[in-house]
Amino acid sequence: MTAYLLKRLAIAVVTLVLASMVVFAVLEIIPGDPARLMLGLNASADQIELLRNQMGLNAPVVLRYLHWAGGLLSLDFGRSYTYSVPVIDLVRERLVVSLPLALMALALSTIIAIPVGLFSASRHGRAGDTIAMGAAQLGVAVPNFWFALMLIYLFAVWLRLVPGGGFPGWSAGVLPALKSLLLPAVALALPQAAILARVTRSALIEVLNEDYIRTARAKGLPYRLVLWRHALRNAMIPVVTILGLQFAFLLAGTIIIENVFYLPGLGRLVFQAINQRDLIVVESVVMLLVAAVIVVNFIVDLSYAVVDPRLRGR
Amino acid sequence: MTLHIDIPDENLAGILVKAFKNRSFLAGFVITALVAAVAILSFFWTPYDVTNLVISDKTQAPSLAHWFGTDHFGRDILSMIMVGARNSIAVALVAVGIGMGVGVPLGAFAAARGGFADDVLMRLNDLVFAFPALLSAIMITAIFGPGAFNAIIAIGIFNIPVFARVARAGALAIWPREFILAARAAGKSRTLISIEHVLPNIATLLLVQGTIQFALGILAEAGLSYVGLGTQPPMPSWGRMLFDAQTRMVVAPWMAIFPGMAIVVTVLGLNLLGDGIADILDPKSRRQR
Repeated sequence: MTAYLLKRLAIAVVTLVLASMVVFAVLEIIPGDPARLMLGLNASADQIELLRNQMGLNAPVVLRYLHWAGGLLSLDFGRSYTYSVPVIDLVRERLVVSLPLALMALALSTIIAIPVGLFSASRHGRAGDTIAMGAAQLGVAVPNFWFALMLIYLFAVWLRLVPGGGFPGWSAGVLPALKSLLLPAVALALPQAAILARVTRSALIEVLNEDYIRTARAKGLPYRLVLWRHALRNAMIPVVTILGLQFAFLLAGTIIIENVFYLPGLGRLVFQAINQRDLIVVESVVMLLVAAVIVVNFIVDLSYAVVDPRLRGR
Repeated sequence: MTLHIDIPDENLAGILVKAFKNRSFLAGFVITALVAAVAILSFFWTPYDVTNLVISDKTQAPSLAHWFGTDHFGRDILSMIMVGARNSIAVALVAVGIGMGVGVPLGAFAAARGGFADDVLMRLNDLVFAFPALLSAIMITAIFGPGAFNAIIAIGIFNIPVFARVARAGALAIWPREFILAARAAGKSRTLISIEHVLPNIATLLLVQGTIQFALGILAEAGLSYVGLGTQPPMPSWGRMLFDAQTRMVVAPWMAIFPGMAIVVTVLGLNLLGDGIADILDPKSRRQR
């Protein structure tokens, strides 16, 4: 197992380093001089040059990359060009909205998808399966931001049960904060749940055709026990893989959903930063999300070893 | 000389008969054909001119004159959806083309070479996969400017590793087969074998993935246009229509309902079509039925 884990770890680290180079390079080639932007139109060439030197923009590319990447390791992302505060403070402020939102959506999607997948697989080919999978097929096709608009119309405009947007902050109490994250989380979760339910179902159907399932049934174990203990566990590998991918997708998906609900999360931050050409903020958020994806993928690899004992031997 | 070893027991007519007995394929085919027909029709005829602003008709509810209502400029929603279809299809289709055009040769090459080249290509694949596609598409369009062209490039780039992976996996399953050995014994180069023998045998796999990516491309284009980074007004696009609708949900919900339904129907049709093709041609899923 050590060899397997070391190999996975090495791949994760290499990917992370390459990704940081890509992010850095992409933002290098963007037109627009942050120093000129900060000083405004009336700045003289000398003033701009001075600020460029202060900000370290005149240093060679390699040095600037190393400086930036070294800072990342100690969570020092630099200072925002427009807000003149450390980027990490901005990110931390926004992360307390985006992360709970993504986690809520992931939890909702799992809670819905696994039972639906189990239900469908155990009624494979019958009416219940057809209806559930028809609904899932529909769910996959629904864009989450449109679904969000429909939810707002139904629950906020029409029924007035939840706020249609905005975020009171965690200081206003956990319940009001969670309440304002509920619709966005549902909007994010349902399309993902549809995908996950389909994957769970097809993985289960494959496993249920295996000989050991027939053996377990033949020795008289109740169907429910076979389904949960034997089949679900063996069907977990594709399910866990998709869960990992979905977490990454949900983190990125919050970007659009946050704009639908006017939530002050990472997504809003990125959009503002893009409009203000606050490159260092864009760079940091992208890098953070990419790192999150890589870490989650690594955790998924680890969980394979937990789910599949055969990998532990390696 | 091309060998279609993977489809031994069927001729084209047999496949067609099977196709039209498959409900998923049939439904998907009808829906997709309908959407395509509407998009083509929009080049010649729409109920109203979408560039014509009739302010006196603004935000009218659905009626006989305007089946899906009108928007805040008095434009006919149905006409805008028809023209938007053209736009969505074009963006998604070209993005899939980019993904296939670059990804399939890369994947086939990785499978044919193996070893170091394969490792490098697969690591690069992992690298692209590490970037959440939507986030990166937003970054690309934000940097190089919003617009349909940059949206195509952004969506296309993220299709490349998908097709590379599918092509590689498919090709790896074909390479150990006897007919490949025969071709190698006959002295054919790896490139020639890839083109003549491997590609035809993974074509259905790529077709299925193509319909999935096509559907995802439609969703991605809508998302980008919704945040203002895709197709630019006055060219109607489904995502942009939803953006315009958002602040007018209370007075004109139809502005949001119908463009969204257009997206759902199109994506649903493509997904059903893909599932259907996979069912018909993939022996493994056939066994499950």
